[in-house]
This record gives sequence, C-alpha cells and structure tokens, in this order.
Amino acid sequence: MASETTHHVAMTLADHLPVLQVLVPFVAAPLVVLLGSRKLAWPLAFAASAVAFVISVLLLMRVIDGSVISYHIGGWAPPLGIEYRIDAANAFVLMLVTGISTIVLPYARESIAQEVPQRHHTLFYACYLLCVTGLLGVAATGDAFNVFVFLEISSLSTYVLIAQGSYRDRRALTAAYDYLIMGTIGATFFVIGLGLLYMATGTLNMADIAARIADQGSNRTIHAAFAFIVVGMGLKVAVYPVHAWLPNAYTYAPSAVTAFLAATATKVAVYVMLRFMFSIFKPSFDFEVETLELIILPFAIIAMFAASFIAVFQTDLKRMLAYSSVAQIGYILLGIAFLSETGLTAAIVHLFNHGITKAVLFMGVGALVYRSGGSFYDRVCGLGRSMPWTSAAMVIGGLSLIGVPGTAGFVSKWVLVQAALEKGWWPVAILIVLSSLLAVIYVWRMVEALYLAPAPEGRQATEINAWMLGPIWIMALACIYFGLATDVTLTSAQSAAQGLLGGFTELH
Amino acid sequence: MLTDPWPTAFLFFAAAAVLPLLPKGLLRALLLLVVPLAAAWQIWTLDLGTFAQVEFIGFQLDLMRVDKLSRVFGLIFCLAAFLGNLYAWHVRDPVQQVAALLYAGSAIGAVFAGDLITLFFYWEGTAIASVFLIWARGTKAAYHTGMRYLIIQIGSGVILLAGVVLLYRETGSIAFERMTLGSVATWLIFISFGIKCAFPLLHNWLQDSYPAATVTGTVILSAFTTKLAVYALARGFAGTEILIYIGTIMTLFPIFFAEIENDLRRVLAYSLNNQLGFMVVGIGIGTEMALNGTASHAFAHILYKALLFMSVGAVLYRTGTSKASELGGLYRTMPLTAMFCLVGAASISAFPLFSGFVTKSLILDEAGAGHHPYVWAALVFASAGVLSHSGIKIPYFTFFAHDSGKRPAEAPTHMLWAMGITAFLCIAIGVYPDPLYALLPYPVEFHPYTMGHVVGQLQLLCFALLAFGVLMRTGIHPPEIRAINLDTDWTYRRFMPAVVTRVADAVSQFWSAKMRFWLRRVEAVVGRLFQVYGPEGRVAQSSPTGAMVLWIAVFLGVTLIVSFLS
Repeated sequence: MASETTHHVAMTLADHLPVLQVLVPFVAAPLVVLLGSRKLAWPLAFAASAVAFVISVLLLMRVIDGSVISYHIGGWAPPLGIEYRIDAANAFVLMLVTGISTIVLPYARESIAQEVPQRHHTLFYACYLLCVTGLLGVAATGDAFNVFVFLEISSLSTYVLIAQGSYRDRRALTAAYDYLIMGTIGATFFVIGLGLLYMATGTLNMADIAARIADQGSNRTIHAAFAFIVVGMGLKVAVYPVHAWLPNAYTYAPSAVTAFLAATATKVAVYVMLRFMFSIFKPSFDFEVETLELIILPFAIIAMFAASFIAVFQTDLKRMLAYSSVAQIGYILLGIAFLSETGLTAAIVHLFNHGITKAVLFMGVGALVYRSGGSFYDRVCGLGRSMPWTSAAMVIGGLSLIGVPGTAGFVSKWVLVQAALEKGWWPVAILIVLSSLLAVIYVWRMVEALYLAPAPEGRQATEINAWMLGPIWIMALACIYFGLATDVTLTSAQSAAQGLLGGFTELH
Repeated sequence: MLTDPWPTAFLFFAAAAVLPLLPKGLLRALLLLVVPLAAAWQIWTLDLGTFAQVEFIGFQLDLMRVDKLSRVFGLIFCLAAFLGNLYAWHVRDPVQQVAALLYAGSAIGAVFAGDLITLFFYWEGTAIASVFLIWARGTKAAYHTGMRYLIIQIGSGVILLAGVVLLYRETGSIAFERMTLGSVATWLIFISFGIKCAFPLLHNWLQDSYPAATVTGTVILSAFTTKLAVYALARGFAGTEILIYIGTIMTLFPIFFAEIENDLRRVLAYSLNNQLGFMVVGIGIGTEMALNGTASHAFAHILYKALLFMSVGAVLYRTGTSKASELGGLYRTMPLTAMFCLVGAASISAFPLFSGFVTKSLILDEAGAGHHPYVWAALVFASAGVLSHSGIKIPYFTFFAHDSGKRPAEAPTHMLWAMGITAFLCIAIGVYPDPLYALLPYPVEFHPYTMGHVVGQLQLLCFALLAFGVLMRTGIHPPEIRAINLDTDWTYRRFMPAVVTRVADAVSQFWSAKMRFWLRRVEAVVGRLFQVYGPEGRVAQSSPTGAMVLWIAVFLGVTLIVSFLS
C-alpha cells in the first residue's frame, strides 16, 4: 500500500499524475477560449490531449500488476476528502479515452473545418476538451458524487458537440435535444441513487460505501439505490429499450464527434456501471444477480438481435453503424451479466476493441461524407475505387466488427463465448455466434456499396488527405494489432476484472 | 523464435502486400512466379519438425508443422501456384494477382497448420481470397455465384470453429491430430471438411462456382480448396470407415451429370468431384498404402486437372465459349493445346505411362486388398466413367468431332509453356514415379507396371474406347453442326441405362423444389423482418421524446420490482 504512506509527502510530479490526468484538459479548455485564437485552438487541444494520453499510459504501467494508486485531492484524506483511485480497470479506460481523443483530433482538424463554421472553432475545441475532462474525471475519481459532477460536465459538453452537426443537417438539433432530455433523466436517476446510498451509508467515498454495505448487508434503500443507478447509467450506456437517443445522436453529430463519442462515452458509462455493480454492490447480493439475469441479460440479447436487424435494413451507413453500436453494447452487457471473471474480462476487452473498431468505421464514414456529401448507401457507392485507402480501412474495421479472426473483434467475442460455455449457457453461446452472422450481413452491405456498386455519374471524389487518413489507419492497424497481439488487452482486462471483483476490501 | 524460419504462407502474404506497390506489368508477373518457387525451395530445404510457435489468447499455435504428409501437399500447392500464375501471365488485374497469392498462401498455411485454430484462420483465408477470382469475371451471374460460394465456404469455416471450440471444451487440446468420429465436436469438424471436400449433397458449390470464374481463376481454384480438404481429412480422419462409402458415391454420381453437361468447364468440375472420391476412399481405407495413394493421387490430380482446365481455358480464351455444342475441330489451329489436352485426358483416364495410372492403382489395389470388393468394383466402373467424360468427351468435342468452323489462333505462348510444363510433369510421373513415391508419407513398396495392372487397365480402356468408337461410327450423324452435341448426347444415353437420366432428373427436381420451398420461406421471413426492423419499421423509427421517456419509466419500474422482490 505505497499510496497510504506517500499521500502526504507526495510530492514529485509523478505522484500527482492522477489529478493531472484530469486537470490538463480541464485547464486547457478555458485557455482555448481565453486565447480566442482560431489558429491556436487546435494545437492547444491536441497538445493537452497528447499530454493526457502520456499520463494515462504512465498510470496504466504503474497499476497493471494489480496495485492501486490512491490520490487525495488537496491532501484531505477520504472519506471526507475527495479521492482519486487508479487501478487497472480505470487506468485502462483512461488510456482508451485519451488515446482515442488524441488520435481523433488530427482527423477533427480537417473534418470540423468543413462541417462547422470557423467562428465556432475555439468553442468547439473547448467543448471537446471539457468532454474529455468529464470522461476522464468519471473514470479517475473514487468519490461517488464526483462521478456525477464529471458525468454532467461530459454530458453537457456532449450535447453541444452533437448540436454542432446542425450546420450540415438541422436534425442534429433534435438529436441533441433528445439526448439532453434522456441524459438529464439518466443523470437525475443516478444522483437519486447516490442520495439513497448516502442515506443508507452516510458516506460518498466509493470504497467507504462498499465497506459499509458489506458490513450492514442489504436493505430496501440499497435495493432502490441499485435500481436507480443501474437505470440511470443504463441510459448513458444505451441499454436496449432506453437506447433511443443514440442512433440519432451518432447519425447527425459531426463525424469527428461521433467517432470520439462512439469509442469513449458509452464505454466510460459501462465502466461506471461495472464499478458500481462489482466494487460497491457485491455480485453476491441476490438482488444484483436477479437484476442482471432477469433484466440486463435478456435485454442484452434482444439488443444483439434487434439492433442488428435494424442495422441490416438501414439505408444510411452512419445510422447503420450507430445501430450496430447498440448491438455491440449488448455483447458488453452480456459479458457483465455472466457475473464471472471471464465474462467481465470479455466485457472489458470488448469495450476497448469495440471502441477502436467503431473509431475506424465512424472516421471512415466521416471521410466518405467529406467527399461525397452524404452517408446514404447510394451516395457512397463505388467510393472503394476513388478512395481506396479509406475504404480498405473501413473493410478492416468491418471485419473487426464481425469478429473475424485476426482482428480485435474476434478476441473479445472469443472470450465472451468462452465465458458463456464456462457457465454452461449453451444457447447464449449460440446466440452470440448467430448475431455475429447478422453483422456479416450489414458489414457486407457496406463492402458491397463501396466496391461492387457502380459509382454515380459525374461524382468527382478523391482520396482524403493525410490528416484524416493517418488517424483512420492508426486505428485500422490497431484493430489488427490487438487482434494478433492479445497479451496487452487480455492481461490488462483480466487484471481489471480481478480488481473489480476484488472490490476495495484490500485497502480498508 | 527469431531463429525459426518464417512460415511459408507468410512469403505469399508479404508478396501480396508488396505487389500493389510494384509498377504494373512485368515485375508483378515475375513476382507471382518467383514466390511459389521460393516457397517450394523453402519447404524442400526445411527439416521435418514444428516451427514458428506463437501465443494467441493463451493458446500455443504451431504455424509450421512440417511432416511428410504436409510436405507433399505443400510442395504440390507451390507447384500449382507457379503453374497457375504462369498460365495467368497475361492477367494485369492486381485484384486477381493479389487474390491468387493470398489464396495459395492460405492453402499452404492451412496445410502446415499444426493446430486447429491456425487451420481455421487459413481455412477462412482460402474462402475469402478465392472468391475474388470468381468476382473478377465481372458479370452479374459471377457476382451471385461468388456470393453463394462465399456463404458456403465461410459457413464451413464457422462450423469448423464451432467444432474446434467444442473439442477444446472436451479434450482441452487444440492440436490438429487424428480424430475419431463420435462426439458433436468431431462431427462438426468432419462436416466442415466435408463441405470443402464437396461430399455428395454438399458438393453443389463446386460445379456452381468453378465454371463461373475467370479463365485463369478456374485453373487456380481447381488446385487448392478441395485438395486442402482432402489433406485435412487425411490428417484428421484417416481410417474412418464412412469415408469409404462417401468416397465411392462421390466417384459414381458425378459421372452421370458430367455425361449430360454441355459446358466443358462444368464437365471438368464434375470430374474433379469424381476424382476427389478416389482420394476420399483412400483416406477411408486408412492404411499406409492407401494414404500414400491419396497423397500421390492428389499430387497427380492437381497437375492433370489443372492441365485440362488450362486447355479448355485456352479455348475459352480464344473462342469465347466452352460449350461442347459450339466447339469442334479446333485441332487444326490449336494443335499444341489439343496435344496437351490429350495428355491431360490420358492422365485422368489413367493410361499406363501417364500420371493417373501410377497413383490411382495404389488406391484401387488397397481397396481390393482391404476386402472391399464392391467398393473396388464401383471404383473400376467409375474409372471407366472418367475415361468417357473426361478422357474422351473433353478432347473429342473440343478439338475433333465435327468442325465448328472456328479457326482460333493457338493459345498464347505463356499458356503453352504452362501447359507444356504441366504435361511434361504428368508424363514424367507416369513414366518414372519413384521420385513422387519417395515424397509420400510412408515408404512405398509398389510397382505399378506389373502385368496385371497394365493389362487390366488397358482392357478397361480399350473396351471403353472401342465402345465409343463403334457408337460414333454407327451413330446418326446429322448434317447440322449445331445438333451434333445433342445428337451425341442421345447416343450416349443409349449407352447407359435410361434409368440413370431419370434418376438424375428426379433428384435435381426434388432439389430445386426443396430450394424453391425454402427460398419462399426465407423471403417471407425477411419481408416480415423488414416490416419491423426496416428504416420505416416500428423499431427503427426515431421515437418522440415522450415515448423515450416512457420507456425509461418502464425500465426503471421493472428494475425496481425485480430488485425489491429478490
């Protein structure tokens, strides 16, 4: 427990990494606005994001062996003070968020220049940084109420970011409005849940709550708190029946925003859900097992099929990908619902792998829209020939989405099937495979449109430039790399899963 | 790890990655020739053993298991890739070139796979790479054919994966070794191999897709997929008795279809199926000699089948058709192609001094020795059938028969070279089989040129030829050239019991009726799904904000109830 002895004397820069992780983008955001320079906005945002990424890698390296860093804000010891806790699970999420953000930014530089009027660029990047800050804060903090605060920071900035799509399609405004309503309700439920928890335990520090619940056992208040938190976070995760905000938000947001949000926002929400379900509430509680098996599991399976069917029949490529996200979230929830270490590992690995996969695909679609002006299949058809690099990357992303061996998507589905078999749930394993076949169909429709359909007459599309192509290909190669070198992701995910299942008990 | 040699398949993949970067033309075509030779050299010089082991999601993968069985298949695949690429020298389409490399690479990778997961990777690799050879033709029909082909091939891979997962749960091992049928896992793997091997009733993809590919694509396709399956069966299911009967049926039923088929490339596809039957019987018998027979027959078969596809392909390339009814008399202007075609025909019919003879008799002898008299008889009958449809029908209607009036130029030089080398190999193996025998998995004590073998085979061949000659002489020769094929067909059918055609008709009608029934069912289901899930459907519409919120309330209510009740 090195942290216990170092928190008051901590005073090299390295010891402040947990707070710097959140602070760097948080300070950069107002700086972008205060400087007010359109030229400096992007470099500043990129620099902040890159620094945050480096910090997250350093943090992950320190905790990958299963150790925990506890950082006390302002030197106030928890449970009174706010504590940042970095373990393998959230270090993994931090790396995902900062990594995706850093890679998407060069892409955003070009695509935002086309999609958003120049006078809004400083504010756009400020919002982007705030969104990153919020997501990082949610992941890093060990204080339940702090989660809510950061959640609101990220949500509010997300609404603004989505609404930026309105310069291209006015429907972005309704999409942002719907998300605002839904997101606010979700956050409210979440905070109601926290209130109930506070009522039951008298503390807001996560580790403390966990310890007290473990001591006093469950009661009606805690049951209700659990239900509110699951539903509140379920909204942000886009669990199937309450997913309705997601397709429109993803479809009408600017391409770079969609790529960033799809890869990170729902994933962070999943992380919060995991943290509450496994570290604060214990999977040994009956009500949790029942909720997972009777509600999350069936809805996850419904999502895998219903959303995939919708994706199969979509006529809009971007919307198709949005629905496929809903289906993929189904896999993640399924992994959680197994309530086993393997299942949890699958969920965490899929969270990461699906993040990078969707980043490729949404950036790819953005590039197609950038050149062809629309994401409907009849607009993008035949672009495989005029934009070979973008299209090839999208095919890689598509293969990963299906879960073809050799791509990242395969690894997580493999672990997921293993988890199902471990439990002896044969039908579920078969359903996982069957729903993957639906992915084959919708990915195939994309490939068909890109490569086999004839291009419309008179369209002059050329390949996009390196600013956009670079990020797309980094992600595409990552899809292959993490499909072949599975050590990194599987080890950290397993370590994270063990950490989550172990809870906080080793510290208190 | 670093000192280990590269897996041979990676050579092909590296070349496929480099190829698009090279300038179009000569360099690319040269690369296509150099890579298979380099790969063959690598396989030849490698010691037996297992190399290139890597970790993947906690499994130990053996990317390169070289033993005698995998080596002989690896070598012939390299040889086939070389000949196919030489034949395709004129093709400048990078998609086809890359696909050919990836396809050959995957097939070779699969042969050297020491575990089932690696096998699965490459299994799917062959499926995906090869479909581009079909699509490259660019016609609408080729597109749909390719699609059907892809679905079946990928399906075979998925079944394989399912079997592997189950097998792993059962035995805790993913090693690709001999299995015994019995559990669900092994049956799944067996069926997956069977699909690729074109077992009866699982065979339709073969006759559907091979004739649909490009001229050069068919040559390449004919070498790998099915022989990979033969290898996999030989590795995994040697000595499985059911294979004897499956193989026997495989040798018999395509004969009838081949006889009545007009498209010569489809005739060859049927006869390919029939030849696979011999190999499958060999695997089913499973003795050392029978497996030797299978391996050597696969070796010889890849060559002469490629040769036949090449010669018919050259005709298609020059005349634009491969229909028997539209060809004839081409020997006048394509004498070399005709000669090579005859070599291929003689090889597949197992004439003494040609390759088919020295390999097929291994299997036939084992069938006789293993007390399978009916199987032996069926195989002999099938051999006569081969002679009739591949040995006689193909060269006769293409190059001789009645003059079609077509005067195409001789095949291009590179095609002639490819055919020439292949023809040379066919004869070389037939005349001097010892080097091939030396390559086989088990020591060979076999002398093909005994009195019994030669006389027996010659009797069979001579009587078949005589019968054909007599029928052609006494048959009705109509003055109209276009009617020739139909007419001969009719003569042909007299040759066989009329029942056969009727049975074939009934079977195919039953099949198409069944297909129609299922297609209608599937259409109805998809229609209903579209109503619900389509862009205008209930589920996919953007719901008003109020409805979304209502769902939240429902969701919360349900969650609260569940959590309270428990």
